This record gives sequence, C-alpha cells and structure tokens, in this order.
Amino acid sequence: MSQVAPPAVPTAGAGALSLPVSPTTALQWLRDMHLIREFEVRCMQSYQEKKIGGFCHVYIGQEAVAVGCVAAMRPEDPIVTAYRDHGHALARGMTSRACMAEMYGRVDGCAKGKGGSMHMFDRPNNLFGGHGIVGAQTPLGVGLAFATKYEDEVINGGKSRRVSLSFLGDGAVNQGSFYEAMNLSGLLDLPVIFIIENNGYSMGTAIQRGTTMSHDLCIKGRAHGLREATIDGMDVLSVYRDMKALVEWCRENSRPAIVDMKCYRFKGHSMSDPRKYRTREEEAHHESNDPIITLEHTLTHAGVLDEAKLAAMLKLVREEVREAIAFANASEVTPETELYKDVFVEPWGKYTGSSLPEFMGGATNACTFRATDGKEGLV
Amino acid sequence: MSAVMSNPLFREPLSIAGATREIEFRDAVREAMCEEMRRDKRVYLLGEEVAQYDGAYKVSKGMLAEFGAGRVVDTPISESGFSGMAIGSAMLGLRPIVEFMSWSFALVAADPILNNAPKMLYMSGGQFGCPIVFRGNDGAGGQLGSTHSWSVEGLFSNVPGVKIVIPSTPADAKGLMKTAIRDDDPVFFMESERLLSMKGHVPEAEYLIPFGHAAIRRAGKDCTLCSWGRPVHFCMEAAEILAKEGIDCEVIDLRTIRPLDLPTVIASVRKTSAAVVVDQSWSFASPGSELAAQIHRHCFDDLDNFVHRVHSDDVPTPYAVALEQEYLPNVRKICEAVRSATYRA
Ligand SMILES: Cc1ncc(C[n+]2csc(CCOP(=O)(O)OP(=O)(O)O)c2C)c(N)n1
Ligand SMILES: [Mg+2]
Repeated sequence: MSQVAPPAVPTAGAGALSLPVSPTTALQWLRDMHLIREFEVRCMQSYQEKKIGGFCHVYIGQEAVAVGCVAAMRPEDPIVTAYRDHGHALARGMTSRACMAEMYGRVDGCAKGKGGSMHMFDRPNNLFGGHGIVGAQTPLGVGLAFATKYEDEVINGGKSRRVSLSFLGDGAVNQGSFYEAMNLSGLLDLPVIFIIENNGYSMGTAIQRGTTMSHDLCIKGRAHGLREATIDGMDVLSVYRDMKALVEWCRENSRPAIVDMKCYRFKGHSMSDPRKYRTREEEAHHESNDPIITLEHTLTHAGVLDEAKLAAMLKLVREEVREAIAFANASEVTPETELYKDVFVEPWGKYTGSSLPEFMGGATNACTFRATDGKEGLV
Repeated sequence: MSAVMSNPLFREPLSIAGATREIEFRDAVREAMCEEMRRDKRVYLLGEEVAQYDGAYKVSKGMLAEFGAGRVVDTPISESGFSGMAIGSAMLGLRPIVEFMSWSFALVAADPILNNAPKMLYMSGGQFGCPIVFRGNDGAGGQLGSTHSWSVEGLFSNVPGVKIVIPSTPADAKGLMKTAIRDDDPVFFMESERLLSMKGHVPEAEYLIPFGHAAIRRAGKDCTLCSWGRPVHFCMEAAEILAKEGIDCEVIDLRTIRPLDLPTVIASVRKTSAAVVVDQSWSFASPGSELAAQIHRHCFDDLDNFVHRVHSDDVPTPYAVALEQEYLPNVRKICEAVRSATYRA
C-alpha cells in the first residue's frame, strides 16, 4: 500500500544549474547531513554499550529535512520539535559535544543531563526543545509565533518579522492538540509552519492504518485556511527551495502554513524495534534514495565535490563525533546537587534556584525579549 | 465488600507455592485479559499498537490472532479520542480495556478519563455506569525523562469514582486484572514497565483477587512498611538489610489504593507501633500522605513515632541514570526512614 517515490538519479550536468546556493553553502549542508548521520550511528553504538539509556530515536534518513528547513530560516526564527530531535539540534548549531553529553546524562549536556535524548533545548540557537509527548510541541510552536509577533508588533511597534517552525511526525497529526493549534494559528494570523515529517510510520503503524486521507496530509490544514506545501524531504535542495519560498511568504503575510514533508526513517522507531511491520525490500528501496548520496551526486556533477574533498569532509566529521564522545565520557555525571535545581527560578525552601548549562557561557535566563535593534532588553 | 467476598472465585491464589509454572508479569496480565474475553464477548481491547504490533511492550501478544481485529483494536495516537470512545461504548454496555502505552500519555486524555468515566454514574443519577479498565505502564526508573515517568496514582487517587489497582507480582496482576474487568466501575490498572519481565508463580486454575485486600509479604514485629507496585520490592530488599541490623519489618502490599485496606494496616501498626509508607508518586497530596493521615488517625495511641514517608523526590524526573535512581523511593531511603521511625538512626 505504501507508495514509494523512485530513487532520485541526478542527471549529469543538470546539477550545476539547479544549485540554489553557493557551493560553499551546499558543501556545508552536506557536512551537516554527514555530521547528523555519523552522530546517530555513534549514538546507536553508545546505546548498545549502555552509555545512553531511556528512549533514543535516531534521525537517519531524514537528515535533509532538518538541514534544509534550518537553512531556509533565519537564526532568529524559533524552532520546536518532537523527541526525534538530535538532527534538528545539530542542524540548528548545537555542538556535538553538548548534544552527546546530554545523551550520556552528563552535566555538560545541553540540559545538564536532566533531559536526555528527547529533550534537546538550545536557547542561543532558538531551539525550544525536543518534546516527548506526541503532539505536545504543536501548540508551543503557535505560542512561539504569537510571542515573536507580539514582540515585533506590540512591544516594538513594528512589523512581524519572524517565522516559527513546529515539527511533528505523521503520527502526531492524530492528536487533538494539533487541530487546536492549527485553528489558533489561522485565527490569530500567526506566522508558524507545521512541518509534518511524514516518514510513513508512527512506531509500527503505517500511515494509512492510523490516518484518514493519508495520501495528502496538507488536507489536515485546509479547514483552518493554512497555506500548503508538499515537499520531497529526501532531497535537501528541494527542501531548501520550497521551504525558503514558504517561509518568506509566511513572514511577509504573517500567516500559518502546513507542510507534508515526505521522507523515510531508515532505522527502527527507537532502539528496540525489530521492524516486523515492513519489508526489507521496502527499506532497501528507500535506502537507495539516501538524501546524503543524492546530494553528493548533485555536488559531484556540479563540479564542487570530488573524492578527495569528500574524504576530507568525512574525516573531519568522524573526528568531531569521536571527540564529542570522548568529551561526553569525560564530562562529570550529573551530580546530586542538580536534583533540586531548576525546579523554580528563585531559590525557595529545598529548591536551589536555577542555573544555565555550561555551554551557554554564563548568559542570563531571565525572561528577555530581543528588541528590534538586536539588543537584549528586559521587559 | 461482603458480597464480593462471597464470590467463590474471589480467593487468594493460595496455590501459588504449589504452582508449578512461572510466567512473566506481562503474560499474567495477558492471561487475565484473554480469559475474560473468552468468557464475555462484551470485553474488547483497544490502544496504540495493541493488535498488529502485539503491543509496544508485548502485553497483548497474540491477542489479535485469537480474537480478531474486531475485538483487539489498533488506534491512532489519539488518547483523548479513543478513551472517550471507549467510555461511550461502556455507557452502552460494552466492557472496554483501554491500553495506554504509558500512563504518562493518559494526561492528554485527562478529561474523558477523569471527568467522564468516574462521574457518569453519579451525573446520570445511577442510569449509566462505566465498566471500563484503563491500563498501562506507570512510574519512573527507565531513564525516560520528565514527561514519560509519571506515577499518575498521585494525581488520580484524588478523584472520587475511580478504583486504582497497582499490583507488584505476576500472580496479583492476573487475579486483580480479572477482577478489574468484571468490575462495574472504572478501574485504573497500573503496571510497571520495570516489572513486566519479572517472573513469578501463577496458578493455572482460575482465581480472582478482590480489591481492597492487602497482602502481608513479610511478617515482622518492629516496623510496618506499607507500599504498592514496584516499591514493594524495594521494601522487601530494605527489610532484608534491616533484619541484619535487628529491625524486624512487616511489609504490607496494599495492591489497591482505592479501595485502601486500612484494617490490615491498622492491625499491623497496633502490633509494631511504627510505620513507614513508601509511595513512588510525589509526596504532596498523595496516596502516601492519605495513608499516613489514616494511620495517624486510627493508631494515634499505638505509634511510638510519627509515620515516616518515602516518595520520589519532589522534582520532575531527571534523565541521568544516577540522578534518577537517587530520585526514586529507593532502598537506602527506606532503610533510613525505618531507622528513624524506630529510633535506631
Ligand atoms: C501522547 C503520546 N502517546 C504515545 C506516545 C508514544 N509514542 C512515542 S513516538 C510514537 C510514534 C510517533 O510517530 P510519528 O509522529 O510519526 O513520529 P516519528 O516517530 O515517525 O518521528 C508514539 C506512539 C507518546 N510519546 N505520546
Ligand atoms: Mg512518523
């Protein structure tokens, strides 16, 4: 039943013309995608070695989505996502060190080891989390858009100029909160884009077994007047091009949108999924449409990538992740003194107040709004 | 309770010691569901991944094959929708078993399960009951982080009209699940993912365990340890350690916290004069605080010390492994509480 797109075989020579960005930028995307892939492969190993516990959902196969979407955004545009979040964190600029240390439950992790795999938060990079409850982040995304618009229009008396991204899985479209979120975004003219990372499965449930009208998830937004886009999430150039247009439209018009981002998760749902619900042939078919290979082909045909360059890139990526693991291993296990910290901002009774993780370098966590001139100001 | 007790099937699984087979906790829950589904066509199971995937934690393994897709129903990730749907079907006379992959996910269904199911009979002046079982994993301990580690009994035990069952052994899980399915009121049945693979003797002959009947897991004379669910095992471990120090603990497994078997607890505390309540939910306004208040009220003159309580720490559940272990109502904390309660600290 699952319809699969034929693997993209780039035609020789066409690449050079279709590169929508500079070679440097395109190479950076390739590096980012390789970094995510390598990071996830090493996470799976570390999980086997019991260095990582709990639930761990890897992003392998979907790298083009996070990388392409982030590239289409401005750094000040807020992002929120679900629990399959390592890719978004790395694409957004979280260091592999902070991300891996979080996975390891160490004090140098982005959440000081208190969040774990499902809760990547990065304030400097405007990543408002990894969220574990399916659908929970969709209204939060609406709230981020409400706040940026409020700040730009109400506080600063200017024009709304930021767009928020709220990622969700195809399974999450069946949570009621998603529909409430979409209605609110339409009603209040909020610049938020719901990106449904449609990898065809929610755990062991193929999309058509759990979702009506699953051939086109944009239909879910139609009743709320959302702008629609269906995007090939296995091709980072398409993701960037189509997202860029959509983001700018939402920015200009201060309106919400919905994206049916067609992709595929190459691995199991989490670390303990034997994938009995799909055939190895189906997997092989999709693996032959690997977003990383596709980009490598395109860049090679465009004359910006050769074997030596790729080898050098891979070497650096592997070194970076190896170093991140060494860093995580060496980082202190989250100490007991953290147990009663960060429950409340102010110290109170047994609660010891709050402090920022090391990687943020002593910034404040008081409620701040950035003024239009870029300065941070307390409101 | 007397009518319940007169049911010949309601009995302790006395043959546990003689039971020849050992099965896992998850198998025990499944056996109960299957036996009741064979007995009563009104009973059906629904939830995420319960059918084709055999259950996210394999509790419903093989049930689709036996009962078919009409009675073992896969749902989308729509807890609010499918809980409400099950409640509606119960009002009309079916007897649904709703599986929450985790009780933590039931919070998005708070309105149907707390505002509809337990109040339906009352609101309708006795016209519409709600014979339904909600079940799933509950409690921390698997490094699942803050949102996935709820001990929802802390929240839900506040609500009138619900029965709350938290078994600690495979035999109890089976006997209590069968009672839950036959019960005419909403039952919240809490399993622990940490216990699902635990093996135990489970009699093959049919038995039911009544609600509101605690089990004394270990007899002792110096201190009464009261708990339910997974922390009962922590209590047993602590009791071993304390025995070596000369403190003889009586461990009571309440099995259900609504209803709560006060007579058994009171009789024990009158004997030991010391009590420690161990509850894996948070301390503030919890089943543990309720039980402690009841002990204070009924055993005021018998107690040598105030009732000590051990809970999960009053913070969201942390991910880091050592921190999470420290957060739980662990053996060390229980030992400390017992020593303090018995003035041996
Ligand atoms: C409310 C809620 N119900 C159930 C779960 C358990 N769960 C975690 S992920 C998942 C599947 C989600 O699939 P999808 O939205 O397609 O995202 P993907 O895993 O494919 O990225 C389920 C059922 C949960 N975390 N929250
Ligand atoms: Mg999915």
